[in-house]
Amino acid sequence: MEKISYAFTDGFTIAKRNVIKIKRVPEILVAVLITPLMFVLLFGYVFGSSIDIPGGSYREFLVGGIFAMTLMFGAHFTGAGLANDMQKGIIDRFRSLPMSRSAVVFGKTASDMIYNVLSLIIMVLAGLIVGWRIHNGIGSALLGFGLLLLFAYAISWIMAYVGLLVPSPEVVNNASFMVIFPLTFIANTFVPAGNLATPLRVFAEWNPVSAVTQAARELFGNIPLGTPEPTVWPLQNPVLYTLVWVVLIIAIFAPLAVRRYTRAAAKT
Amino acid sequence: MKLSTESLTRSAGTDIIEAHGLVKKYGDVIALNGLDLTVPEGTILGLLGPNGAGKTTAVNILTTLLEPDSGTAIVAGADVAASPGEVRKRIGLSGQYAAVDEHLTGFENLDMIGRLYHLGKKRSMARARELLERFDLADAGDRPAKTYSGGMRRRLDLAGALVAEPPVLFLDEPTAGLDPRSRTELWAMIRDLVKRGSTLLLTTQYMEEADQLADDIVVIDHGREIAHGTADELKTMVGGERIEVSLHSEASMEDAQRVLARFSMDGLYVEGRSVTAPISGGAQTLTEALRALDFEGVKLRDVGLRRPTLDDVFLSLTGHMAEQGSKETSGSEQSETMEEAR
Repeated sequence: MEKISYAFTDGFTIAKRNVIKIKRVPEILVAVLITPLMFVLLFGYVFGSSIDIPGGSYREFLVGGIFAMTLMFGAHFTGAGLANDMQKGIIDRFRSLPMSRSAVVFGKTASDMIYNVLSLIIMVLAGLIVGWRIHNGIGSALLGFGLLLLFAYAISWIMAYVGLLVPSPEVVNNASFMVIFPLTFIANTFVPAGNLATPLRVFAEWNPVSAVTQAARELFGNIPLGTPEPTVWPLQNPVLYTLVWVVLIIAIFAPLAVRRYTRAAAKT
Repeated sequence: MKLSTESLTRSAGTDIIEAHGLVKKYGDVIALNGLDLTVPEGTILGLLGPNGAGKTTAVNILTTLLEPDSGTAIVAGADVAASPGEVRKRIGLSGQYAAVDEHLTGFENLDMIGRLYHLGKKRSMARARELLERFDLADAGDRPAKTYSGGMRRRLDLAGALVAEPPVLFLDEPTAGLDPRSRTELWAMIRDLVKRGSTLLLTTQYMEEADQLADDIVVIDHGREIAHGTADELKTMVGGERIEVSLHSEASMEDAQRVLARFSMDGLYVEGRSVTAPISGGAQTLTEALRALDFEGVKLRDVGLRRPTLDDVFLSLTGHMAEQGSKETSGSEQSETMEEAR
């Protein structure tokens, strides 16, 4: 019982530390806010003006995909932060303390949600500027935002594990680009998956990034009129499929990350 | 090679750290090769060795950060393998890299550590203020630690190890890379800790640091003990004190050698215009020798009574200097400090 309450209080202490850091390092905050803003404006105006889709606005279609992609990239803050703590010996200090063994990773992933919430707010505002609108009511749009954040939270657990595994924060950045770029491009984020070559199409159809994007579009009411109904189960049930992935990722990577933390030693 | 009659009688008290046969391998590299350590309550053990000797590995095992491949260790009554959680409650660790969060203020750093020791909000905050005061950081306490000098960071890191007033402290190279003045300041603070009853294991590659602080010194190289004793005992191993004179001119070399031979315990060592003679009797013998030299009309350029430093000890035990290849300290800084102490 004591153990569980320590997991919460210690996790809270760690989260508080990270929140102080968000306030003290404006550079990170600028990156967190400017990158999403640029993504929405650039993609929205450049692609959005040159691509036409029948029955709807490409910009409106695009915004859901940009939300998903940007939030996934946001997860690298978790990995880079942990790799940095490891390099500086701060993880060693934590590990020598009689604190909960899961608190550092739980506190970190939880507090990094703040980045994602902030960048989502910026993207929503930017989206409204480029002409994106919510058509299904605010309630279902909020569900969409919640699902996107939940998915990003799951991805941050993967990055937490990677951050504790690699020798330096730079490696986290490279690794996240190598994995997240293909994942977000071989999906329905920027183009409807149906137009892709067969192997890519199959990948895209089962890619959880497609599902979360599809779910967001449906919940925002951004599916263009006349779009053919999806033929595969993941895209027919995108909310459920996304939730399955969220549970799966956390169930696998949370224990892995905690285990890695308890074994980690500073690289010298 | 144990020659510590003195340390044996001292360890009649309770041993608060007891490690036997610690072995740790990383692939083919043997970091620790059967190390034994005992530290009696209220004393400082200096673990002395060059880079890569296994000092940090030993500390990591004793502080539960690393599991040994074999061997046992009891720290403050708890077994590091069986009950690491208990060990963590009773130790404080200050590492090599000044593990402070540079974006947090000094106060926030210490308060966070207090919370993580589960001292509670009120005690954590009070303890943080108290330690900032004691380590001369009160004025800087509300500034982010990234504005601190190297010495201030080290003091903050050391303060972090003391937050829960643990009975056992591990300091892994606490002064590596510090300038001589900050180092002297930190030494005074470390001595003060032991006066207050802490037991301390300190690793260092500075001979002088072990000499200054440690009651008992274990010299390790390649993961195993190569000597054990007090600083004085280790120095005795490489010979006692000696007179060293250097002359103004070659002309009086013969006179000087003839005079010094009368005081020498074991021959003379001549190099250029300097003569070294191992002696006993310290300053008294030196005075007599100087009188005799003066009587013979020998003009001296420099004269000194030299005692072996731990550098000499290390050199004679391992065949190489302790400081080789260290990135943290330049050779000149090291010799400056050694000079000051003489």
